[in-house]
Amino acid sequence: MASLGARIAARPHADARLEAPGLSLNLGDLAHGEGVGAELAGRSVLVLTSSQIGAAQALIELDGRARRLVLCPPDLAAEHLPYVIAEAGIEAVVTEDPDQLPPDLGLPVHRLRPPAAGARADAPDDLATEWLMFTSGTTGKPKMVIHSLAALTGAIAPPPLGEPRAVWATFYDIRRYGGLQALLRALTGGCAMALSNASEPFADRLERFAQLGVTHISGTASHWRLVLMSPQASALSPAYLRLSGEIADQAVLDRLKDMFPEARIVHAYASTEAGVGFEVDDGMEGFPESFVGRDGPVELRVVDGSLRIRSARAASGYAGAGVLTDAEGFVDTGDMLELKDGRWRFVGRRSGIINVGGLKVHPEEVEAVLNRHPAVRMSRVRARRSPITGSVVSAEIALDDPLAMNSPELESALRASILDLCRGALPPHKTPAILRFVERLEMTAGGKLERTNV
Amino acid sequence: MNETVIDTRAPATDRVRRAVTVAFEATAASQTRTLAPLADDLVLVDSGLDSLCFAIIVAQLEDELGLDPFSDLDDAFFPVCFAEFVQLYEAAAQRQAD
Repeated sequence: MASLGARIAARPHADARLEAPGLSLNLGDLAHGEGVGAELAGRSVLVLTSSQIGAAQALIELDGRARRLVLCPPDLAAEHLPYVIAEAGIEAVVTEDPDQLPPDLGLPVHRLRPPAAGARADAPDDLATEWLMFTSGTTGKPKMVIHSLAALTGAIAPPPLGEPRAVWATFYDIRRYGGLQALLRALTGGCAMALSNASEPFADRLERFAQLGVTHISGTASHWRLVLMSPQASALSPAYLRLSGEIADQAVLDRLKDMFPEARIVHAYASTEAGVGFEVDDGMEGFPESFVGRDGPVELRVVDGSLRIRSARAASGYAGAGVLTDAEGFVDTGDMLELKDGRWRFVGRRSGIINVGGLKVHPEEVEAVLNRHPAVRMSRVRARRSPITGSVVSAEIALDDPLAMNSPELESALRASILDLCRGALPPHKTPAILRFVERLEMTAGGKLERTNV
Repeated sequence: MNETVIDTRAPATDRVRRAVTVAFEATAASQTRTLAPLADDLVLVDSGLDSLCFAIIVAQLEDELGLDPFSDLDDAFFPVCFAEFVQLYEAAAQRQAD
């Protein structure tokens, strides 16, 4: 398969631009320029940028040249970098901003330069670069899966001839799977794309999207609910809206249809491990019964209630230990389904993982923090359904001294000090939104915390 | 301190507004966010709160008032300003009382 740069260069409109706050890059310059690709030919490279546009530039310059690239998400903790570098056999770092790098990485640093048309054609760019991406929702050490450009773009059809050229934007970070899908749709289609950065307020982002004439936008259901609450949304006139990464419920689909009656509204199932599974565009939540068991490039099965996917768009495996697929090549997504009235609907995660606005939370990691509090005997953390973020984290706590529950003052002081502990140890989406004191928490016959009995 | 006391004798709409105000202020404090003054025309996405904050507010109001108007499919709309947010809960409280 042609490299990403070659695919951009092959599009007739490679004069499109990537637009970030304060920086605009021409796709043609990126595709034809020399960049850091030649100096890193055949190497394994960590892409550790402070901006999304920097990451996009690095991907274009490295694909087809580097042996392997590791795309670091913005929230990757510096403490995990030595492990990532060792596990992925990293030989160099690429960044636009060397001052932002943690010290003592022990690797040569290659700085991204302003792109200019150059002699890329003279250097070979046909290496099948491995793209390593981080899976979401792991505890402890980060986990990486190995993708290829072919797998990552497997769900992307060429834009229909004669259709006006799209201008893409995403509420995701392009260093995550959902955001990368939007970037790759833009790049392989020769389309402009609006990229954001973490410091850009949501309202400013919407205004900029409107000014740039964005036509295609992707995000989680939570992102879209925020759009529905934003006055700036009325300035948008999108032709295509895409929801993924979270359950898209009927309410959000209906409200989006009301607000953007002209737009094609698609909700997609995708995961970093299994790739893009399927898309639904009939305006209804869930997906048709017939999707399961049908032939095609992506095969779906439901086994013991969970969705299994076999697909050329899936990652080829984990970097390091771990088995991604079963003997027949199916990835177990861990997403639980229910069939009702000819429609499959998602009901949550088998593992109990909580999806808060697209960010995954393991109940156990929150319980571990709660249980460190000297007054806490035991805790149970579960998802609570939320019409805003899909779920929020809800905690029940059994105190060492249940009598404390009889004193409102003591209870309120304990609540504050437990939440303080959580806020110091956990990011905001993992900190319990609801905290309730209970007399006791039930155990299973096997001596485990009862999680299923609601 | 009187600002945060919910007077159960007050008319239902007053009680709802107080509860909403308290939930906004408490959530902003707990999430260490700077909350803009809660004027009726305050645009919610400019309030200093993010979607996680709104999720927490909605969950706490459900526990406190027994109201979850966002999940009511027939009536759900997404409020843009603070007054609309309050009205959404006032209307739900009215339906509950009826």
